[in-house]
Amino acid sequence: MRDRSVRRTPHGSEAVSVVDVNVIATDGLGKRFPEVTALDRLTVGIAPGVTGLVGANGAGKSTLIKILLGLSPATTGSATVLGLDVAREGRAIRERVGYMPEHDCLPPDVTATEFVVHLARMSGLPPDDARERTADILRHVGLHEERYRAMGGYSTGMKQRVKLAQALVHDPQLVLLDEPTNGLDPVGRDEMLALIRRVHAEFGISVLVTSHLLGELERTCDQIVVIDGGRLLRASATREFTREAAALTVEVTDTDAHPDGTETLHTALGAAGLSVTRGGSSAPGSPRLLTVEADAEGAVQDTVRDTVAELGLGLVRMEQRRHRISEVFTEGEATEGTEAVPPQNAPATTETAAGRRR
Amino acid sequence: MNTPNTPPDARAAGTGAPAGVAPGTGDSAASIHDIGYRNYTGRRLGGGYILRSLLVQTLRGVYGLGRSAKSKVLPMCLFAVMVLPAAIVVAVTVVTEASDLPLSQSEYVLTMQPVIGIFLAAAAPQAISLDLRHRTTPLYFSRPLERSEYVTAKYGALAAALFVFTAVPAVVLYAGALLAKLDFADQTGNFALGLVMCALFSVLHAGIAAAIAAHTPRRGFGVAGVIVAFTVPYFLVSALQGIAWDQDALGVTGWIGLASPGSLMDGIQATFLGGGSTFPGGRTPPLGEGAVYLLLTAALIAGSYFLLLRRYRKAGL
Repeated sequence: MRDRSVRRTPHGSEAVSVVDVNVIATDGLGKRFPEVTALDRLTVGIAPGVTGLVGANGAGKSTLIKILLGLSPATTGSATVLGLDVAREGRAIRERVGYMPEHDCLPPDVTATEFVVHLARMSGLPPDDARERTADILRHVGLHEERYRAMGGYSTGMKQRVKLAQALVHDPQLVLLDEPTNGLDPVGRDEMLALIRRVHAEFGISVLVTSHLLGELERTCDQIVVIDGGRLLRASATREFTREAAALTVEVTDTDAHPDGTETLHTALGAAGLSVTRGGSSAPGSPRLLTVEADAEGAVQDTVRDTVAELGLGLVRMEQRRHRISEVFTEGEATEGTEAVPPQNAPATTETAAGRRR
Repeated sequence: MNTPNTPPDARAAGTGAPAGVAPGTGDSAASIHDIGYRNYTGRRLGGGYILRSLLVQTLRGVYGLGRSAKSKVLPMCLFAVMVLPAAIVVAVTVVTEASDLPLSQSEYVLTMQPVIGIFLAAAAPQAISLDLRHRTTPLYFSRPLERSEYVTAKYGALAAALFVFTAVPAVVLYAGALLAKLDFADQTGNFALGLVMCALFSVLHAGIAAAIAAHTPRRGFGVAGVIVAFTVPYFLVSALQGIAWDQDALGVTGWIGLASPGSLMDGIQATFLGGGSTFPGGRTPPLGEGAVYLLLTAALIAGSYFLLLRRYRKAGL
């Protein structure tokens, strides 16, 4: 409440200070446990919008969320959430932020309505407002008649919706979603991702969503932060990722006419003006695979198909390449200085990430 | 800030209207047809309200209020079992026109300890363990609620539930005493002391039960743990005191009495609250011993609270 009114008055629509641009900013953030280093000098700035936080299990995502909620003190460095210091203003942060945990957290013998109303009150909403907001938000996440039934009988998808609803019920300015697509089938995954998109587009709430799968975040997020072993691998707008991700992996058979079909196609596609590499970083050690740089329009796919047909080769596969964490890591090393942000260059990162948004 | 696929952040930009809602359909123009997202502009209450809400919700939950009919059965039956003897005592007093209640409020609580033990064994896991078992605690700690406030609310709710459980029979006895036209001043004094006893008893026993329940999230373990913690030491103390009395070592009984929560309360009410001791020989611990009883009680209450706090440090998220 307090900070909203503050924000509204002094700044015009051009409000641009570092604090306002970034909903989350960390500076040299580190967290060491006796046995492991969970976060290592993490410096990153996260602008409003939907941000994906990607990392393998144990990469430090959950540790980062705990620190951002002001629940676990950092060993080194500092961080702000919505301009509030995590070390000193944890309570104020938790008033303005919603959190959806990764694991199951719903008591089975309570209805969704009762549960969310109770948690709305735990965020400080008066009883009547809590009920009204609960009805609203459960409808927005797509829970209708089921909301009067005990949650023990819910499907995974419905449970995830209730978990999301409780994170949104107090109308936060930012939600932290920990692996919201975990355990969902492909359809459920897509629905959840669409819902997350709406949380920002329609509700105006910034989102930080974690996942160990980069692929599913590409479509949903405005920007992506990749961490591994507690270090920042990369932070950039999703466009940067998708441009690179728009590559095709092609595999063809050999024929009598072309004993080395792969090489023949390689040459033919090169002649057609396409950028082709053999092997491909996504599957090193597969000499039968070709990686073709593609754009989004699909013209490259057509060219590949036609070329393969003309040569009379059998097309075994042609698929959109997907990034993996390890791949980002290697690429990050390769293009250091442009995309990867080595921890030493710490102060530059915030600038970089924020600069890309303009 | 002008990334095409990013709507301008409504709040940062200071427009106040939620993104996605067309200009002009602000809060004032909202109608029942508007099913778009609405920002919450109402009040946000502070820590006191949140703590109170959690306390009341937990207290109601212990008695099964706001829960299924099935979960009301046990607490309500126990409550009836707890109050019924008081009603009988009152009836006997009125009919026989006795000059005093056959047993005081404090003694009543001590006599009914087995029932209270069962009630606590059901209530503590319900109030404390469920959040841990279903891993709901992170949802609390990610809200403007400190760990100490959560613990205070939960502990307070359990103590309040126990106080209601023990104080209602005390009220019945008092009402009965007045009905039997016993001395008003005497009875009011006894009643007040009885309430103090109930409060102290509730805070001590709720603390121990809560600490046990917080460390036994698995179903059943908490129930067994609480029952064992209250009955085994109590019977041991009673047996040892009996032996000591047999050996004519009456002085030792007081010190043995420190070893269980029940006998601890017994000693305190005998020394300070004017009740009759149920120790063998009806011995009332002298003032010095009584002070030790009080100190130990305070230490146990503080210790339970500390154990609870420490328990939730790890359950944070």
